[in-house]
Amino acid sequence: MDVVVCVKQVPDTEQPIRVRPDGSGIDDQGLNWILNYYDEHAVEEALRVREKHGGTVTVVCVGPPRAAEAVRTALAMGADEAVHVADPALEGADHLAVARVLARVIGQLRYDLVLCGRLATDDNASVVGAALAEYLGLPQATAISKLQIGDSLATVEREVEGGVELVKVPLPALFTVERTINEPRYPTLPGIMKAKRKEIRTLGLADLGLEPGEVGAQASRVRYTRFEPPPRRQAGQVVTPDSPEEAARVIVRFLQETAKVL
Amino acid sequence: MQNDVWVVADHAGGNPRRITLELLGKGRELADAREGRLVAVVLGHGLLDLGPAFGQYGADTVVAVDHPHLHAYTTDGYTEVLSALVRERAPWLVMVPSTAWGRDCAPRLAARAGAGIVTEVEALWLEDGRLLTRRPMYTRKVMGIVEYVGSGPHLAVVLPKVFPPAGRQEGRAAQVERVEAGVSEPRSRVVETRSLQRERVSLTEADVIVSGGRGLRGPENFALLEALAAELGAAVGSSRPPVDSGWVPHDYEIGQTGKTVSPTVYIAVGISGAPQHLAGMSGSKYIVAINKDPNAPIFQLASLGVVGDLFQIVPKLTEEVRRLKAQG
Ligand SMILES: Cc1cc2nc3c(=O)[nH]c(=O)nc-3n(C[C@H](O)[C@H](O)[C@H](O)COP(=O)(O)OP(=O)(O)OC[C@H]3O[C@@H](n4cnc5c(N)ncnc54)[C@H](O)[C@@H]3O)c2cc1C
Ligand SMILES: Nc1ncnc2c1ncn2[C@@H]1O[C@H](COP(=O)(O)O)[C@@H](O)[C@H]1O
Repeated sequence: MDVVVCVKQVPDTEQPIRVRPDGSGIDDQGLNWILNYYDEHAVEEALRVREKHGGTVTVVCVGPPRAAEAVRTALAMGADEAVHVADPALEGADHLAVARVLARVIGQLRYDLVLCGRLATDDNASVVGAALAEYLGLPQATAISKLQIGDSLATVEREVEGGVELVKVPLPALFTVERTINEPRYPTLPGIMKAKRKEIRTLGLADLGLEPGEVGAQASRVRYTRFEPPPRRQAGQVVTPDSPEEAARVIVRFLQETAKVL
Repeated sequence: MQNDVWVVADHAGGNPRRITLELLGKGRELADAREGRLVAVVLGHGLLDLGPAFGQYGADTVVAVDHPHLHAYTTDGYTEVLSALVRERAPWLVMVPSTAWGRDCAPRLAARAGAGIVTEVEALWLEDGRLLTRRPMYTRKVMGIVEYVGSGPHLAVVLPKVFPPAGRQEGRAAQVERVEAGVSEPRSRVVETRSLQRERVSLTEADVIVSGGRGLRGPENFALLEALAAELGAAVGSSRPPVDSGWVPHDYEIGQTGKTVSPTVYIAVGISGAPQHLAGMSGSKYIVAINKDPNAPIFQLASLGVVGDLFQIVPKLTEEVRRLKAQG
C-alpha cells in the first residue's frame, strides 16, 4: 500500500497573527511555522497503513523554501520520501492551482492512497483535497474519522450533520482526515536524526513541465485583495453577583432585553 | 444567464432547510443587483411540488434533477450533475451551503467546471461591479477579503447563520424546470448512517448555544447544560477538553478543530476562551460567559460576563428561565 500525504507549512495558531498596516498580508516577522495540524494526523494515518499493509509513505509539499522544515517533521515522524515544490512563480496561486501542482507531482508517483488534512489552519479553506481528487480522477471522502483498508476497497467513517456515515470507497482513492482519526506520534530523536539524512526532492515548475500561466497567479480565479483584523466585538460588562440567584436574574434579563431570545 | 444566481439547496425531501433560506435571501439581493434570476437547484429523488416551497422564499426558478442515484448525497453524483448544469448554463454565482456535503462537493465542482471558489464565506457584496467575499482565516485572527477574477461562474461556500433567512411571501411560486440527467453509478457508497441521538436543533442552526468546557469536570455535569438548553430551546456544544476526555462526542466541539458557529447567543460555561476556541464562536452575536476566574480571557469578548461558580449558577438559571416561561 503506497501512500502519498500532502503537507503544508502554516503559522502556529498559538501565536498572535497580525495584519500588516497596509492590509496587504499578515505580518510574518518572527512567526513560528509548523506542519499543519491536520497533516500531522494524515502522516500518522499513512504510517499506520504502512505498518499494517507494508508499502511506502511519500510526503508532497508545495511552498516556499522555509516549508522544507515541515517536510522534515513529516520525515522525522517516519515518512520514507519527500517531494517539495518551491517556485517563486507560485506566489498568488489559488487553491485550485496548488491542487493542480500537487496532481502533477502525484501523477508521477506510485500510489494506492492519497491523504490530506481536512483543512489548513492558515487560510482555512478545505479546498485542496477534494480539488486534487478531481484532478487525479480519484474517488474521495472528506473529513474522515476512521479508515480501514480492505482488498481494493476502503471503508471510512465521516461525520455529517447529526450522524456518522460509513462509506465504502474503491482504491486508489483520496481522503482528507479529521483530527479524531488518530493521535499523532511525536518524532523520536533517532527519527529526527534519520530524517536529517533523508533527501528531499526539491522541484521547480519547469521540472514538472508546468508553466506559470497554468498554475501561478495569472491562472487563479480568486485573489485576495486585502486583509483586515477581525471586527472588534463591542466591549461588554463583567459582573460579580452576590448570589447564584442574582447571577441567574442578570443573565435572564440580558437574554430577554438585549439578546431578545426569551 | 450570465447574471443568474444559483443556490444549491440543502433540503429534506424537497423542503428547503434553514441554510437554504439564508442563501436564498442573500441570493435574491445579488440577483436583483445584477438583474439576473435567482435559481434554486434541487437534486434528489422523488421530489414533489417544488414551486411553492422555493418560490415563497424568493426563487424565480427551480431547476430540479430527480434520479435514484441522487436520493442521498454522493460526491460523484452531485459533481457530475452540477458541473454539467454549470457548464451548460453558465451562471454568474453558485452558492453552496457549508455543510458536510457542500464542503465535500464544492471544491471538486469548482475544479471540474473551472470556477473560482471561496469557502467559509461570511459576507458577499458587489463593489464597482466586482464580487467580493469576506472570510475568517488564521483561527479568526484575520479576515481575508477575496475577489473573484473573471466573469464567472463563481462558487461561494457559505457558512450557516451569517445571512438572515429569506422572508416568506405567501402565494409566490417559482417556475419549476425538471431536467432529465443521466447519472453514472457513483464509485463510493454510503453503506450505513448512524444518527447521533440529538433531539434538539443542530449546533450550526441553533439561535442559542449552551457550551461547556473543562470547568464542567465530568460527563455527568453536561446534564446541567442539557437541562438549561432544553428550557432555552438551545443546542449544546463544548470546547475541546470535554471531547478529548470522552465526556461528549466530537460533533459537540466548537473551535479551530471543531465547528464554526454564529448563534444569536453563545453561553460559554466553564470555558477559558483560548484562541482556538474563539476561532469557532467569536462570530456569535452575543456571548455570555460564566466563569469563576475573573481574569479568564473569555471575559474580554463577552457581551455579558458573570463571575461565579457554574455549579451554583447554572441550576438557578435553568430554574429562572423555567419560572419565566411558566408566567408566559
Ligand atoms: C492545534 C490546536 C487546536 C485546538 N482546537 C481547539 C478547538 O477547536 N476548540 C477548543 O475549544 N479548543 C481547541 N484547542 C485547545 C485550546 O487551546 C484550549 O486548551 C481549550 O479551548 C481549553 O478549553 P477550556 O476553556 O474548556 O478549558 P480551560 O482552559 O482549562 O478552562 C476551563 C475554565 O473553566 C473555569 N472553571 C473551572 N471550574 C469552574 C467552575 N466551577 N465554575 C465556573 N468556571 C469554572 C476556569 O476558570 C477556566 O477558565 C486546540 C489546541 C490546539 C493546540
Ligand atoms: N501547499 C500545499 N502543499 C501540500 N499540501 C497542501 C497544500 N495546501 C493544502 N494542502 C493539503 O490540503 C489540505 C487542505 O488544505 P486547504 O484546502 O488549504 O485547507 C491540507 O491539510 C494539506 O493536506
